[in-house]
Amino acid sequence: MSFRIICLAKQVPDTRNVGKDAMKADGTVNRAALPAIFNPEDLNALEQALRIKDTRPDAEVILLTMGPARAAEIIREGLYRGADKGYLITDRKFAGSDTLATSYVLSLAIRKLAPFNLIISGRQAIDGDTAQVGPQTAEKLGIPQVTYAEEIISLTDDEIVIKRRLEKGVEIVRATMPLAITVHNSASHCRPRIARLVMQNKHARSVTELQAETRDYTELYQSRPYLQINEWGFEDIQADVEHLGLSGSPTKVKKIENVVLQHKATQVIRTDQEIEALVKELLDAHIIG
Amino acid sequence: MNSVFVYCEVTEDAQVAEVSLELLSKGRKLANQLKVRLEAVIIGSSKSASIAPAVFPFGVDVAHIASHDNLFPYLTLPHASILKHVFEKEKPEIVLFGATSIGRDLAPRIASALKCGLTADCTSLEIGDHTENRTQREYKNLLYQIRPAFGGNIIATIINPETRPQMATVREGVMKKEIFNPKHKGTVKKIDVNSILSDNDFSVSIIEQHIEKSKVDFKNSQIIVAGGYGVSSKENFDLLFQLAEVLGAEVGASRAAVDAGYAEPERQIGQTGITVRPKLYIACGISGAVQHRAGMDQSAQVISINTDPNAPINAIADYTIIGDTAEVIPKIISFYRKNSK
Repeated sequence: MSFRIICLAKQVPDTRNVGKDAMKADGTVNRAALPAIFNPEDLNALEQALRIKDTRPDAEVILLTMGPARAAEIIREGLYRGADKGYLITDRKFAGSDTLATSYVLSLAIRKLAPFNLIISGRQAIDGDTAQVGPQTAEKLGIPQVTYAEEIISLTDDEIVIKRRLEKGVEIVRATMPLAITVHNSASHCRPRIARLVMQNKHARSVTELQAETRDYTELYQSRPYLQINEWGFEDIQADVEHLGLSGSPTKVKKIENVVLQHKATQVIRTDQEIEALVKELLDAHIIG
Repeated sequence: MNSVFVYCEVTEDAQVAEVSLELLSKGRKLANQLKVRLEAVIIGSSKSASIAPAVFPFGVDVAHIASHDNLFPYLTLPHASILKHVFEKEKPEIVLFGATSIGRDLAPRIASALKCGLTADCTSLEIGDHTENRTQREYKNLLYQIRPAFGGNIIATIINPETRPQMATVREGVMKKEIFNPKHKGTVKKIDVNSILSDNDFSVSIIEQHIEKSKVDFKNSQIIVAGGYGVSSKENFDLLFQLAEVLGAEVGASRAAVDAGYAEPERQIGQTGITVRPKLYIACGISGAVQHRAGMDQSAQVISINTDPNAPINAIADYTIIGDTAEVIPKIISFYRKNSK
């Protein structure tokens, strides 16, 4: 039996790339200026999974993502780096899910992929920074969790030793499996794409992507089934509609305010009163504080 | 209405953590507004059995205490099992956690178990009403959980109209620690630890813990305080670290400051260093050579502190404070402390 590692990943807008053009004149977020990327800490997580695969011939790395059809892009990105296969969980009924509804969907998909040894994900995604989906998924699966992982120090069939990066230092823990691990950004960077794997997987497509393309891949897929990116909807994971999307999400957004990033001509400040006024202005605009 | 609860973290020397005292202070205000009780859950080693008098002055009406040598240092599962047990019985209206590596590990696990909403890293908490647009249903006295989202580009107000408890985490330093009444007395409720925990709660164990300085982290810093040759000494450079600590920022440096030995090479920002794009870049004593600007000119806002009004950096700064770094930084720190909530 294989040593199965399920890697959770999310496609996110690159909120770190907030340049001067990221906000529109009306103060709203210019999403077009923010490219969709593989969530950075999920790449740190993928690297940890791939390192296990480097040392264990029986290890199998499965990438699991929930998102719109275009999120198949990050599954290909994972295949290029060494993941064995990918599942895209996608359904309109998932729209508007908060972390609780998201972890419900992920836990059902993971159950369908059981038995597994490890669930590895990034600590948090840069579009929300909540760090909630990892622990909530672990709770729904009834398995323990180790968060803020920086390095997997050792691994046997029964036991894993992990170094955690906390605010004031490090902690080394021993745990049994199955286990959910969330990986901190201080962990090793993910290896780059591997040319051989790019060649092998560049035609990997989900069903939705195939339907949108005109080229006929039928024959190709019969001869190379690994090019199929599996797509599951809410029926495939037997989800209860009540627990999905907005109806399954206890948190609601009441109000959104834009942080207006205005660019004035340089304001020259010389007096203490002016320094205090600047500090107040930055506090009021939530730039600091 | 049921109580406001705060999960209190316990430190090595069996004290209640600062962040938890701050949350108790905020929790007391919320409880007063809602006219309900403030309750604390304190889980720690056997040394924490007598910890309750430390929290009563903050307005705690009931202190639920679980003390056992198995419960310190913090482990996810035993603390989660105890909290779940207490909350299923007490059915809190609101629960607050510190947004620490403990709170952010524990709170989501509890929210999932109780199937309730949780908002991470709130910067403000208020009580307010809500009318559901679709149904016109009115909700009174909800917890407004206010936090930055989308990489800090928007501020969102989150509510949980239907589910209880309403849970939130808050970072240390966001709320103000205030004694409510030094003579305030509450009651203690001992939690029967042995009846709640099982061996399964100890499947993860700690082998060792030690203090280790973390690496420089520009990636997740919304604010960067960077210093140049104009900072003029290593002692003055320490002021940048003080400002960074207050603002929750990371410290960067120009090539000249690194070459002068004021800062470590991994802090270097610029063409040959790291490129950063924070929300706010505070350039202290940096003249702003093109090589440095290449590494930071995508910052959303730039403040330059410089004695030279004609320094090139000022051309791309939104604000230029004319003055010496060693004098200006302490002023910014004190004005920040004075004006932040």
